Amino acid sequence: MSAAKPRKRLATVWLAGCSGCHMSFLDLDEWLLELAQHADIVYSPVASDQKRYPPAVDIALVEGGVANSDNLALLKTVRANTKVLVSFGDCAIHANIPGMRNMLQGADPVLRRAYLDLADSSAQLPHAPGLIPELLDQVLPVHELVPVDVYLPGCPPSADRIRTVLEALLQDRRPDLSRAGEIRFG
Amino acid sequence: MALLDRCAEVAQQPGSGITVKGVGCHGPCSDGPLFSVACGDEVRLISVQSSSASELAMELQEALSRGSLREWVPRGCRSLDPQSPFLALQRRIVLERCGQIDPEDLSDAESAGAYQQLNAVLAANNPEAVIDLVRRSGLRGRGGAGYPTGLKWATVAAMPGAEKRLVCNADEGDPGAFMDRTILEGDPHSVLEGMAIAAFAVGAQHGFIYIRAEYPLAIARLRRAIAQAQQQGWLGTTIAGSRFSFDLELRVGAGAYVCGEETALIHSIEGQRGVPRPRPPYPAEHGVFGLPTLINNVETYANIPVLHRLGLERYGVGTKVFSLTGHVSRSGVIEVPIGTSLRTIVETMAGGPPDHKPIKAVQTGGPSGGCIPAAALDTPVDYDSLQALGTIMGSGGMVVMDSTTNMVDVAAYFMAFSREESCGKCIPCRTGTVQLELLLRKLLARKATVADLEQLERLSETVRDASLCGLGQSAPKPVLSTLRHFRADYLALLQPLEASR
Amino acid sequence: MSVCTLRIDDQDVAIAAGSTVLQAIRSAAIAVPTLCHLDGLSPVGACRLCLVEVEGSERLLAACVTTVQDGMRIHTNSSRLQEMRRTLIELLFSEGNHICAICVANGQCELQDLAVRVGMDHSRFSYRYPNRCVDLSHPQFGLDHNRCILCTRCVRVCDEVEGAHVWDVGWRGEHCQIISGLAEPWGAVEACTNCGKCIEVCPTGALFHKGEGTDEKHGHPGRLAALVQGRSRQELEP
Repeated sequence: MSAAKPRKRLATVWLAGCSGCHMSFLDLDEWLLELAQHADIVYSPVASDQKRYPPAVDIALVEGGVANSDNLALLKTVRANTKVLVSFGDCAIHANIPGMRNMLQGADPVLRRAYLDLADSSAQLPHAPGLIPELLDQVLPVHELVPVDVYLPGCPPSADRIRTVLEALLQDRRPDLSRAGEIRFG
Repeated sequence: MALLDRCAEVAQQPGSGITVKGVGCHGPCSDGPLFSVACGDEVRLISVQSSSASELAMELQEALSRGSLREWVPRGCRSLDPQSPFLALQRRIVLERCGQIDPEDLSDAESAGAYQQLNAVLAANNPEAVIDLVRRSGLRGRGGAGYPTGLKWATVAAMPGAEKRLVCNADEGDPGAFMDRTILEGDPHSVLEGMAIAAFAVGAQHGFIYIRAEYPLAIARLRRAIAQAQQQGWLGTTIAGSRFSFDLELRVGAGAYVCGEETALIHSIEGQRGVPRPRPPYPAEHGVFGLPTLINNVETYANIPVLHRLGLERYGVGTKVFSLTGHVSRSGVIEVPIGTSLRTIVETMAGGPPDHKPIKAVQTGGPSGGCIPAAALDTPVDYDSLQALGTIMGSGGMVVMDSTTNMVDVAAYFMAFSREESCGKCIPCRTGTVQLELLLRKLLARKATVADLEQLERLSETVRDASLCGLGQSAPKPVLSTLRHFRADYLALLQPLEASR
Repeated sequence: MSVCTLRIDDQDVAIAAGSTVLQAIRSAAIAVPTLCHLDGLSPVGACRLCLVEVEGSERLLAACVTTVQDGMRIHTNSSRLQEMRRTLIELLFSEGNHICAICVANGQCELQDLAVRVGMDHSRFSYRYPNRCVDLSHPQFGLDHNRCILCTRCVRVCDEVEGAHVWDVGWRGEHCQIISGLAEPWGAVEACTNCGKCIEVCPTGALFHKGEGTDEKHGHPGRLAALVQGRSRQELEP
């Protein structure tokens, strides 16, 4: 990594996922310090207090599927303001565990199942327009909604794999995970 | 049926001098219901338009009292012009007896020539000569793939072993195809005779007719025909006093299109799940219950007696039966010489689209076939010319589509059919057809991008190249052929790439 | 015993006549993926992953059901075949509910391994999320249809090796499902001998031992060949 290069603007984004991918990101441990020398973390649930997604982001790691209206709006903002969008982890790539609700075929059956059928007491559908984001009918992978530049599967992707990707992207290279045999789901 | 019964009552009166009988389909569906009046050699087709059975019977009675039926056209009926292109341009050799004989009466069929060729073949007692005749006639399988029939027969005949089997594929399942049904309902004995000749030629002792359950009338008539032929000694042991014995069994399908594929059909006859298996071994080598088996389609067998009767020279290039449907003024079943141009069939004979809209395409070969653009209407209808256009002769379904047709819609229709009918054994067909239909629906919903179109094309090629049997291999053909000839229809449905982002 | 000589990719291979192309490929230590194939079971040629290009043949041929011929020239790994194999694996992932993260076979799954092998970093096809069920009626074993890829190894091992024919395939097309007995709950099928062979040969986590948690299933499809071979030499009691 050449010091002459301008610092990259890095974001990490958390959509419908368990945050495990972000935990794995934190598992980069001391390499995070090295990362901080080459990149500004401009938006991240684990490394930034920034509430609004900023413009002109170089790299965004997007964890999670797209489950509700807030996820969708944020993802569109991310895509519009990001050079390289990384679909980060199995939930982003194929909806994974959040996507299991898709088997119920629709948001309404999911809400009924969760808040009425399985309720112990005071069964009641949540209703707070404008406060609670609306569920989409299906949890969708990121690439079915916006173009994706790099896929990083894994549940979660190991810190090593994350590092492989970030090192390449920081040097403006396309990471070649397929050759490394490092694209395993699960 | 009421018409038949009422007229039969009239005919039964003493001194009526006429006979009334039920016959199979005459062919011109769009003019139906139809009856024919035969006086000597002159046969006229009468289209019933606004007349009831009792009115007609009364008219018949009146006409008889006046004398001859030669000029008779009942009120509310119309006599079809025998010189009209739909009738005059046909060459009815396979369908010759369809609409002429009572398919439920063997003696009527016999008096029209049924089983005479079998009799002659058995008397000559020369199986090699039979195969040679079929080979030299250039007859190719009428079921769709067009494999040379003589070659197939020779292969089965050459297989070692005393026990062989014969199968007639009557699992006609293509949407818009009803040629075999016409033959089976109109002249089942032509098929039985063809099968018996084939069995003699290849040395088979036992045969099966595998027919789809959706054809109850054909099944009933076949059952009756088989029973009558057995009774009359045209089937069974020592046929026509020869040393040749041949038994026939009817097997009724259970509604799976894929059972028209020969290996799936064989499994189904054996009582197994009707799924295809990889070939080789081909049925000629390893067929029904592991025995060498000859499988031909209904129309192929029905060609055999007439080929023998006419001889090579008069048989010529042979004919193909087509069922004409879609945007045409006159629909129905026709038999034309192979090599007739598509334009002759769909414009001259069928009269083109009813309200003079231009023809956009002609679909042949069902879900395994493709769409021929109007610009190629002068193509002669033969196996090789159609293949060069990206479609197939197929079993004979011909669907005409006018300029209002969206070809993506057509492709989606056929893909939905293949998806529904996939047996599920191999991955590309089972899942590929699902994804192909989804992509086509996405296009039709105007939500697809250039990338989706590329995906559609790539996946079509994969399903074609990777599928196990003919159903899967040809399932993408409606997509590929419409992409080839009507790409504009696809492009018009695309949304700009940016809009999807 | 006569021998056929063929050229596979860049290698000359000699193998006994009557062998399959797949045997020839494996004898040359060339890796061609398979799923439905398993040594010890009859071949069905259903997964289409072992399709290869044979010079002189327009069609691609499934190596597992193609007999070697002298002088064959075979290509096993062209870019066309690579693309096709990735497509097939993506199609498999799209049609079921394959959630590796919570699967008993995670880390031991042939489908998961093949995804790595064909370079599938995501599926270009939309997932279908079919509504499938889980059969836990058997006292020792379970069947999760969500993870089934219809390779029919279980059907064949039960019929051909165990002789019980508990399994078969029901329905058709995308609705195909492995069924036990006449589509009864597995636990109600008296023909089942509880031998567990179906679980051993299952390439995914569809068939499993009850009590196995995530990552805990270890199938042993390789043991089948030894069993079948041993039986044919009468080294083992059936």
